[in-house]
Amino acid sequence: MGNALFSPDEQKTFDTKLAELLSHYPDDRKSAAMLPALRLLQELKGWLPPDGMELVARRLEVTPARAYEVATFYVMFHTKKPGKYTVDVCTNLSCALWGAEDLLAHLEQKLQLKSGEMNDTFFLRETECLASCGTAPCLQINEDHHENLTRKKVDEIFSRLP
Amino acid sequence: MFTTPFEKIITRAWGKPGSHSLETYQAAGGYQALEKALEMAPAQVIDEVKKSNLRGRGGAGFPTGMKWSFVPKDNPKPKYLCVNGDESEPGTFKDRYILEHDPHMMLEGIAITCYALDAHVCYVYLRGEFKHQAERTQAAIDEAYKAGIFGKKVLGRDFSLDCYLVRGAGAYICGEETALLESVEGKKGWPRLKPPFPAVVGLFGAPTVVNNVETLASVPHIFQRGAGWYAGLGTDKSGGTRLVCLSGTVKKPGVYEVPLNLTVKDLIFKPEYGNGLPAGRKVKAVIPGGSSAPVLTADELDVALEFEALKTKQTMAGSGGVVVMDESACMVRCLWRVARFYAEESCGQCTPCREGTPWQTRLLRKIEEGRGTHEDLETLVHVASSIAPYPPIGLGNTICALGDAAALPTHSFFQKFKDEFIAHVEQKKCPLGDKPWGAFQDAYNKGLPQ
Ligand SMILES: Cc1cc2nc3c(=O)[nH]c(=O)nc-3n(C[C@H](O)[C@H](O)[C@H](O)COP(=O)(O)O)c2cc1C
Ligand code: SF4
Ligand code: FES
Repeated sequence: MGNALFSPDEQKTFDTKLAELLSHYPDDRKSAAMLPALRLLQELKGWLPPDGMELVARRLEVTPARAYEVATFYVMFHTKKPGKYTVDVCTNLSCALWGAEDLLAHLEQKLQLKSGEMNDTFFLRETECLASCGTAPCLQINEDHHENLTRKKVDEIFSRLP
Repeated sequence: MFTTPFEKIITRAWGKPGSHSLETYQAAGGYQALEKALEMAPAQVIDEVKKSNLRGRGGAGFPTGMKWSFVPKDNPKPKYLCVNGDESEPGTFKDRYILEHDPHMMLEGIAITCYALDAHVCYVYLRGEFKHQAERTQAAIDEAYKAGIFGKKVLGRDFSLDCYLVRGAGAYICGEETALLESVEGKKGWPRLKPPFPAVVGLFGAPTVVNNVETLASVPHIFQRGAGWYAGLGTDKSGGTRLVCLSGTVKKPGVYEVPLNLTVKDLIFKPEYGNGLPAGRKVKAVIPGGSSAPVLTADELDVALEFEALKTKQTMAGSGGVVVMDESACMVRCLWRVARFYAEESCGQCTPCREGTPWQTRLLRKIEEGRGTHEDLETLVHVASSIAPYPPIGLGNTICALGDAAALPTHSFFQKFKDEFIAHVEQKKCPLGDKPWGAFQDAYNKGLPQ
């Protein structure tokens, strides 16, 4: 194979962690590990490449369609390779009452992207309530949560991104 | 009732250094309740919980002891406990802090519950976005294993218990208990037709109890201090204290642990809670129990934040999310935002919900943008009624209550703020102009700009 899915190190991590995950479920219920297994794949690759999903399906003894079905149902799974940073801005009610629409507009201008668009570095999108409504407005960059945002704070957060 | 003087129980350690560690939790008497419960027969444990009047904190307010007693004793299959930490109902953000500040309180509740149910495996399902909370919870689970609380012999007794963390991946519907079970089984979150209820046919086809994080964190206190003590904190029908999540246009948003007779008004205005609205702002509307709860007007706030009391106002205590909207907020725009959420999160199984939720959203957008007609207003109510009529609450035409959750806001906003909807149609624009929201501020919490 020209392009192996995993490096040897990644393969080892994947195998060890998958074995641990499978031990959480009854022996005849391997497919229950689908969400954690896809999460593991995404942690290693940054997204869910088709050959990775097929591998997960094989290991969990289900058809690849089952893996695709789950991957496309949940918004945190990326079946397309996203930019390096996925920026999820909450624009639900409590955040909107503290100016989330302005925050989104600020980011659209700053990143030169419309909500829902991506480039190599950023994937900017609106998200639903992040259960942080008391510290609105808020956003997540990949899985890191930022709250009580002000324009200044947002600018600082982005200037510190590696 | 209210025979026990109010004190903070769930939030007692929040903000104290190391509150999340086993050491701190045990120093405050943690896991003594488990010791006590393990001395009782499982049936007796369930009876105590019934006597405590604990009701579920996940949304429906179902009596917890009764739910546990539905699990059949003679079923040969293993039994399971699943913890609902999906916390995705807009306006709700309490479980996040329990997991962050005091995960052992929930874990102790899990151990007691599993003992009562004769369950030996528990899955703790947390919404995918809770990264920090998942790390905290996993660390606490690891500590509990090391200390012999989980594992082959719970506190040295002949009772084994395994506890595993499962992380979701961004789908509100997985908070619905049967969708949660599907998700734990590794599938997309499609709610199941009921009956059978999870207590009989749940996870992997076996009897299962699904309880909310706060519900489980409440359990240890019933055994530590007594069922009578716990019941005495609340009303005749509902024991304990309650976490409410206050957000929207108030000076001090946040999670507050409150007695069950606190009114919505006091929560918003008392200095120890919300401390009122920023200068120059007045309450227009309040959602009392997460975004699916029918809205209250400024005249309706003298009502206790409690299941039965809110029911008399045709709304619900739900998940404890109280959202305050002030006079500058456009009700059409607020409803549009809520409607969009349900359209986004509908799983698509039932026609009224799959087709009705985006239809509501399109109509609301049209009205907000000044393109709506009187006929559109009629259609809006008609669409909402096809998903679920109102009142009463709970007669929806769909597999799960997401349908009701999507229709109730539409019915209640339209009934209570009809003039505002009509003004949009007649003036062919939003009467509040193009800034009907709080503007994004450079000085958070210093009051909204005028
Ligand atoms: C659409 C929908 C979403 C729900 N989301 C949640 C949730 O995020 N967290 C939760 O605890 N309960 C949620 N529930 C309620 C659960 O179905 C269930 O009633 C609850 O977990 C039972 O726990 P309790 O008895 O301890 O309250 C939701 C219900 C529906 C219909
Ligand atoms: S009511 Fe909506 S979310 Fe619930 S099962 Fe039906 S389509 Fe899915
Ligand atoms: S509305 Fe934004 S976090 Fe809840």
